[in-house]
Amino acid sequence: MWARTVRLGLRARLGGCRGFTFKVDPQEAEQAPSVTHASGLAPQGTGQVTAELIEHLERLALVDFGGREAVARLEKAIAFADRLRGVDTDGVEPMESVLEDRCLYLRSDNVTEGNCAEELLQNSHRVVEEYFVAPPGMCYPEWLNKVTRELGN
Amino acid sequence: TIGTTLKPVSAGLKQGQITPTELCQKCLSMIKKTKFLNAYITVTEEEALKQAEESEKRYAKGQPLGDLDGIPVAIKDNFSTSAIETTCGSNMLKGYVPPYNATVVQKLFDQGALLMGKTNLDEFAMGSGSTDGVFGPVKNPWSYSKQYREKRKQKPHGENEDSDWLITGGSSGGSAAAVSAFTCFAALGSDTGGSTRNPAAQCGLVGVKPSYGLVSRHGLIPLVNSMDVPGILTRCVDDAAVVLGVLAGHDPKDSTTIQDPVKPFLLPSLTDVSKLCIGIPKEYLVPELSSEVQSLWTKAADLFESRGAKVIEVSLPHTSYSIVCYHVLCTSEVASNMARFDGLEYGHRCDIDVSTEAMYAATRREGFNDVVRGRILSGNFFLLKENYETYFIKAQKVRRLIANDFVNVFNSGVDVLLTPTTLSEAVPYLEFIKEDNRTRSAQDDIFTQAVNMAGLPAISVPMALSNQGLPIGLQFIGRAFCDQQLLTVAKWFEKQVQFPVIQLQGLMDDCSAIFENEKLASVSLKH
Repeated sequence: MWARTVRLGLRARLGGCRGFTFKVDPQEAEQAPSVTHASGLAPQGTGQVTAELIEHLERLALVDFGGREAVARLEKAIAFADRLRGVDTDGVEPMESVLEDRCLYLRSDNVTEGNCAEELLQNSHRVVEEYFVAPPGMCYPEWLNKVTRELGN
Repeated sequence: TIGTTLKPVSAGLKQGQITPTELCQKCLSMIKKTKFLNAYITVTEEEALKQAEESEKRYAKGQPLGDLDGIPVAIKDNFSTSAIETTCGSNMLKGYVPPYNATVVQKLFDQGALLMGKTNLDEFAMGSGSTDGVFGPVKNPWSYSKQYREKRKQKPHGENEDSDWLITGGSSGGSAAAVSAFTCFAALGSDTGGSTRNPAAQCGLVGVKPSYGLVSRHGLIPLVNSMDVPGILTRCVDDAAVVLGVLAGHDPKDSTTIQDPVKPFLLPSLTDVSKLCIGIPKEYLVPELSSEVQSLWTKAADLFESRGAKVIEVSLPHTSYSIVCYHVLCTSEVASNMARFDGLEYGHRCDIDVSTEAMYAATRREGFNDVVRGRILSGNFFLLKENYETYFIKAQKVRRLIANDFVNVFNSGVDVLLTPTTLSEAVPYLEFIKEDNRTRSAQDDIFTQAVNMAGLPAISVPMALSNQGLPIGLQFIGRAFCDQQLLTVAKWFEKQVQFPVIQLQGLMDDCSAIFENEKLASVSLKH
């Protein structure tokens, strides 16, 4: 019974192996993945990724894009994610965990381990006594430069 | 001679036919012979021999700790191992030595298992090929098998003509290669979107993804907290059950492990499948599925039906959105999880000292590869205030719909779902790298990642060789926390299909090491 339905699918399917492997020109940006029977469109840049956004994301992520390729990659990631709009989620609650029906386990508030500062400090490149050493935070010098520039305009 | 699965080897150890040290030496020797596979990042020879010595003492007293005492295992390099470098295949953690063992690692050690080493992976487990780690790609042992070479009319000797080697799949490819090449009896992988099942299928192994919440994630360097699970790779289902039995159970250090008492994992030998209902999700029949895998899938369903099981077509309507949903949730959680790598407390640190932000940025640029950085940036985009509702929350809602699809199917009387694991058999590396990591992951995870979103147990079982002589596996998906039932069905299937043992004659001095079936399995690993 089930077999008949699947075999019909078999016959309807176009011949050939994995329809995905298409030759990619190394100069070209990456192709977008096609999802099942959706037509494998290469998404166009929607213009969503502005220079401002790039700077903002780099600041938040503390990871730089490093070039046009990464920006194109983000544009494709966004276009891909946009397909979610096609799903009707009216009245559906977001799911945070598959174990949402269970109580989170909390153990009793007793100290059972610790006192391993020395061990933990060993993994850091820069320590002074029991401190991890960080360079100075951005704040003042860069902010001052920014404000000075803006006032000058 | 010794066996290649746990039962005969365990018996051999108990009866003194072989000692843990001898077994350890054989596996270490195999590791050296198969070094070109690049399965291991760190080989822990000294530690393993020390553990073997301890194990030997216990066997001499007739007091082994259990079925895993003296058994060589390998562990994916994203599990923390005390005093042993743990890199996640990344520059960010090169040289990082954890001060503690992951819970699952500790459990294996507590049972007397011997650690052969830490295995290679895609950087931070992001990828489906085990090609994107800083230590280089992992090669599929089947590239050097008699079965594959004969089909290609090449001599089955070592690594001549090596440019056409095949990938293992990923991201737990190192663990898969380690088990497939007989360097250990079991290996730990991780599974977030299919990273254990995918390489299992491509390397002819059993790959288990336990129910989310069954096995502790404490010490597994996290990718996606709501989907990650430790995975198990073995050469047969019974062995996977033994390992799962050791690993499963509540861990006070991981609040996402359930507190229900865990049933023992001894698998009955199912003879009657007439009470079983197997579901075939119709949406998994995609145009990209290779005709060979499709035909094996049909054959498998026919097999169940011919033995009296009820086999029905079912629907998981949101399947086509699964990959997109996974993409948003995964990158978002990754963006959050990767934030801890700032160079201050552990891991790589750049030389720049001008400001904290500059130091963080340079450290992360130097420490992470393009794939990781790309996902962090995408994730941060989806988590922006103005995007949070449209992307992240939306994806969480779609996740519920996907999870509900499975619930509905299992509520309708289906016991186990049967699907392909991968679109095709393992492909050559040169072909694989023509597409970028994200594209490949989206393609290759298609049958596996919905399972992670629903937190269900799943297992890939090798079924048969393709026309090219390469392994093809099929996936069984079970109800939440019905891992034992799932493995029982998988074991029945394994027995029916009698998947052939890999013939790596080029790597063995003794050319008469032809494997028969699992029962008689005896391999001569003479030096």
